[in-house]
Amino acid sequence: MPESNLDLIASVILVLVKIGVFFAVFMLILAYITLVERRFLGFFQERYGPNRVGWQGLLQPIADGIKMFMKEEITVSGANKAVYILAPIVFVAAALMTFVVIPFGDVIWPATMEIGGRVYNFTLANANRGVIADVNVAVLVIFAISSIAIYGLIMAGWGSNNKYSLLGGVRASAVMISYELAAALAIIGIIMTTGSMSLMDIVIHQKGYWFGVIPKWFCFKQPLAFVLFLIAIFAETGRTPFDFTECENEIVAGYQTEYSSMKFALFYLAEYGHILAASALMVTFFFGGWQGPFVDAPVLKYFLPIIYFCIKTSIVVFFFIWVRATYPRFRYDLLMKLGWKFLLPATLVNILITPVLMKIFGDL
Amino acid sequence: MELFLFIVIGGITLISSFFVVFQRSPLYSALFLILTFLSMAGLYLVLGAEFVAIIQVIVYAGAVMVLFLFVIMLLNLDNEKREWMTKHIQQKYFGVIVVAVLVPLIGLGISTPLLYSKSQLGAPGTYSPQIAEQVSNTAAVASLLFTDYILPFEITSVLLLVTMVGVVYLARRVKKQSLPGK
Repeated sequence: MPESNLDLIASVILVLVKIGVFFAVFMLILAYITLVERRFLGFFQERYGPNRVGWQGLLQPIADGIKMFMKEEITVSGANKAVYILAPIVFVAAALMTFVVIPFGDVIWPATMEIGGRVYNFTLANANRGVIADVNVAVLVIFAISSIAIYGLIMAGWGSNNKYSLLGGVRASAVMISYELAAALAIIGIIMTTGSMSLMDIVIHQKGYWFGVIPKWFCFKQPLAFVLFLIAIFAETGRTPFDFTECENEIVAGYQTEYSSMKFALFYLAEYGHILAASALMVTFFFGGWQGPFVDAPVLKYFLPIIYFCIKTSIVVFFFIWVRATYPRFRYDLLMKLGWKFLLPATLVNILITPVLMKIFGDL
Repeated sequence: MELFLFIVIGGITLISSFFVVFQRSPLYSALFLILTFLSMAGLYLVLGAEFVAIIQVIVYAGAVMVLFLFVIMLLNLDNEKREWMTKHIQQKYFGVIVVAVLVPLIGLGISTPLLYSKSQLGAPGTYSPQIAEQVSNTAAVASLLFTDYILPFEITSVLLLVTMVGVVYLARRVKKQSLPGK
């Protein structure tokens, strides 16, 4: 076998291991976010929340999963079966795919390593970097994937043959379409400053400190974009105060009304997948991704960035839960007004301001 | 590898576009059209044009088809399809004429590279797949759009703006006129 092929095989194995470990950890975290959310909501509302299954309720997600499997699988008789079954699959797939391009660490494996007397090269296809696919149009990939996720909602709403489902699906997809636009336009300022659409480049650009104290994160460089993106991403993930997909006093549970058992669980999973992806995107765009003190230290550089990334992401996830416990729901027409008449013009203003400031002050 | 990918993705594109035409239900047609657009994006990826591929997904699969689906679902076209299909029976004959015109055109397009030798076809473009892999796709597209193709680009933008203004004008709420007798 040619020498270079061995390197390729080594890199491919590393990539597959990376994907496998990432997927397992990701699923586990998704399950436990549900517990974290319920416990924290409990604390915020001065009650206990689920604390009976295992120590502090730590086995609750597993119990919930088993319960979901045991539930009866109902397909509504009037439903369009193919569309009805395809909908949760599309939604979940889109929710999980976003993470493919998000960098979770810098270098997670040495570039070359000696195994059994031969030096293997692990740099092919970015196998040793802390990202599954370092695409140079990563920002666009994210918005492409989230525009595919909309089909999950529409198909669920229509396939269930239920008025409330259809209303919920239409509402959810209308909100997602209008706020995706605002979110994408808010990011343009960052792309201008970085000069690249690769998320790895965006994170690397946020290295360093002002006056040795304040990190050069985009939340300080692009404060307007930060606020706009935050609002837009809340609406896009369908969280309170914008949770019209399951506005229970108006449309029962929206597009997921007619789903039961594991199909319902898939929607639930996708919802938390979206929250996690949104938090990771917030961190990557505005909080320096895996950047932090000592990321260049000799041995620490392999795992310290991952730890920074996880800590920052969990703080943003906590923020999502915090907001849910704090704010009441918006009104639907006001939500659309906010999206089109305030967020969109504001993002355009940001796009106009950014190049002017860059021209005057240069990149700070 | 490239050929293998091309055959697989091109096969999916062809099969799903056949389904678009032959499905009875407009909803299924639309869903297969989404699949066609997605696999076409895959074809662009094989050519090394990732920017075009992603834009294809965002614009066609993500935005245009969502509106198609909205219309189909909210009007519930499935119930009306039988009546609708019998009404438009004469479309068959027009279809034959259109195909008769289009087939030679498409055939000409496909056979051109086969009929002539490479030197007769003219120089290859500046951005072959090999070069496109090296330069950043987005930067290349952007610099071409804002230098060589600035006029078509601006004309397209103005056209889109005109369309937008027209749509807003048509969709605006007409002021209620006072009813007679009130």
